[in-house]
Amino acid sequence: MRGWRTLGILTGAAVLLVLPLLLEQYKLYLASLTLVYLILAIGLNLTLGYAGQISLAHAGFMSFGAYAVAILGPLGVPFEGGLVVGAIIAFFWGLVLGFPALKVKHHYLAMVTLGFNIIVFLVLRNWESLTGGSFGISGIARPRWGPIGFQSDRAYYYYILGWAVLVVASAHWILHSRWGRAFRAIRENEVRAQVVGVSLRTYKLMAFAIGSAYAGVGGALFAPLLAYIDPGAFTLDRSIQFLLMVVMGGLGRFEGPFIGAAVVTLLPEALRASEGFYLIIFSLAVILMMLFMPKGLVGVWDWMLGRVTRRGFGSPRPPAPREPATVVAPK
Amino acid sequence: MSLLEIHHLSKSFFHLSALNLVSFSVEPGDLLGLIGPNGSGKTTLFNCVTGVLRPSGGLVRFKGEDITKLSADAVCHRGVSRTFQLIQLFPEMTVLENLLMAAQERKGTLWSRLIMRDETEETDRALSLVDYLGLSGVKDHPAANLSYGQQKLLDFGMALMPDPPLILLDEPMAGVNPTMIKALVTHIRDLNAQGYTFVVIEHNMEVVMSLCRRIVVLCQGEKIAEGTPAEIHDNPAVMDAYFGS
Repeated sequence: MRGWRTLGILTGAAVLLVLPLLLEQYKLYLASLTLVYLILAIGLNLTLGYAGQISLAHAGFMSFGAYAVAILGPLGVPFEGGLVVGAIIAFFWGLVLGFPALKVKHHYLAMVTLGFNIIVFLVLRNWESLTGGSFGISGIARPRWGPIGFQSDRAYYYYILGWAVLVVASAHWILHSRWGRAFRAIRENEVRAQVVGVSLRTYKLMAFAIGSAYAGVGGALFAPLLAYIDPGAFTLDRSIQFLLMVVMGGLGRFEGPFIGAAVVTLLPEALRASEGFYLIIFSLAVILMMLFMPKGLVGVWDWMLGRVTRRGFGSPRPPAPREPATVVAPK
Repeated sequence: MSLLEIHHLSKSFFHLSALNLVSFSVEPGDLLGLIGPNGSGKTTLFNCVTGVLRPSGGLVRFKGEDITKLSADAVCHRGVSRTFQLIQLFPEMTVLENLLMAAQERKGTLWSRLIMRDETEETDRALSLVDYLGLSGVKDHPAANLSYGQQKLLDFGMALMPDPPLILLDEPMAGVNPTMIKALVTHIRDLNAQGYTFVVIEHNMEVVMSLCRRIVVLCQGEKIAEGTPAEIHDNPAVMDAYFGS
């Protein structure tokens, strides 16, 4: 199992490093976009997949990062400054939106977050003096470190990749710490979690806020990609797209967002050749996947790996649990 | 000073009174049985003590501190553990993870739980508990895959894991096979001798009478008797409650 994992990670890293050298402009843009979406999907997977708190406001949180960069850039604030400010604003609003999550659950929480996303969209569209309203903001600069600029698409791809690595590493740390276990405990059995001492308030708020902060980071990286943003990029549709990525990849699985972000971003592009049919095919694929792969695409991977190991390529699966024949006498 | 003092505890759901002015106390080292017919308020009492439900009136003191209005996690931090009548586990976590989860919030600060990854001490304790309860063979299986009896034992193990001064057991023997019951009874006695304090809700009279040192009887939300097993056995009010006069 471990060997396969390491091999997968090394192959993935090599592909991500070499890829931009081989791709032409549009495909390079898609690769960069996939990385940005990966960051966003990781955030949502933390909130929804691990802690079990649904959020349909992810695109709203993303906009905080995007607009922070777009507004602060022309004022002379370096890109990273804007990114951090955006992430902090998203973190703060994530905390605020976490409070309803202490009271309501499931579809009610979906409604609350959905409402929040719509409010964010309306504010972005109507606060013209700050956000440029429906016209949006154009000419968003890419980051520059003194003599080193990330102006070219290729350089900017590597810049995004660097942040993606940071996000993946930090998410991995959080989710494999006791926090990650507490998040899962809340998702699996809220009452029991509280009785073993988990403060629902603290952990739910944190799950919301951290997931949102990642969305802020993703949004900041998104803004200079086309050097233009408008409120239309941060609608509810986009939030649902992130939800799809996380669910399709595999809820609460670390690998989930990688698969989900790639499939949801790239599949429609791959189907473009079918012209008018591509949306129909894409939707059909989504429905079929949800019907037959309720655990997401990670589930398919698990199943394949199970097949391989059962044929003798590694450690066999543990035998099914049995009740012990005799109960061990206490010391 | 009593370990746990319950004073005039009441709980009503709308107009239905589930607990009415119940008072008793639990001394350190006690092994107290809590019995009563179905619907007499035993589990409600546990829920009120552990902060799962907010009592409508009365007072709960643990080690002299008023814990009546504390939330369940805060009560847990004070040192009260419990099991559930309907088993409550983390089904997708392994047996070992369930045990680690049961102890992790009792130590360190919020930030240390994010930054520090070392759990050697806790893992050692979890492994010895797994051994003690005869669950070694399934320690890496998800809790959902365990048999009912094994889940009951795991639930019990989770209550023991943080080394709490007071453990509330809600029908630990219900639905468990006779061999396992014997093992559980021995475990509880054994742990009680080591200094753990127990309050046990149990319907199996044979077990209660032989296990507990003191018994409190609830009927329709009120305490109708308290005493040694022999006193309860001969108490006509208790007979009435169970069989009608």
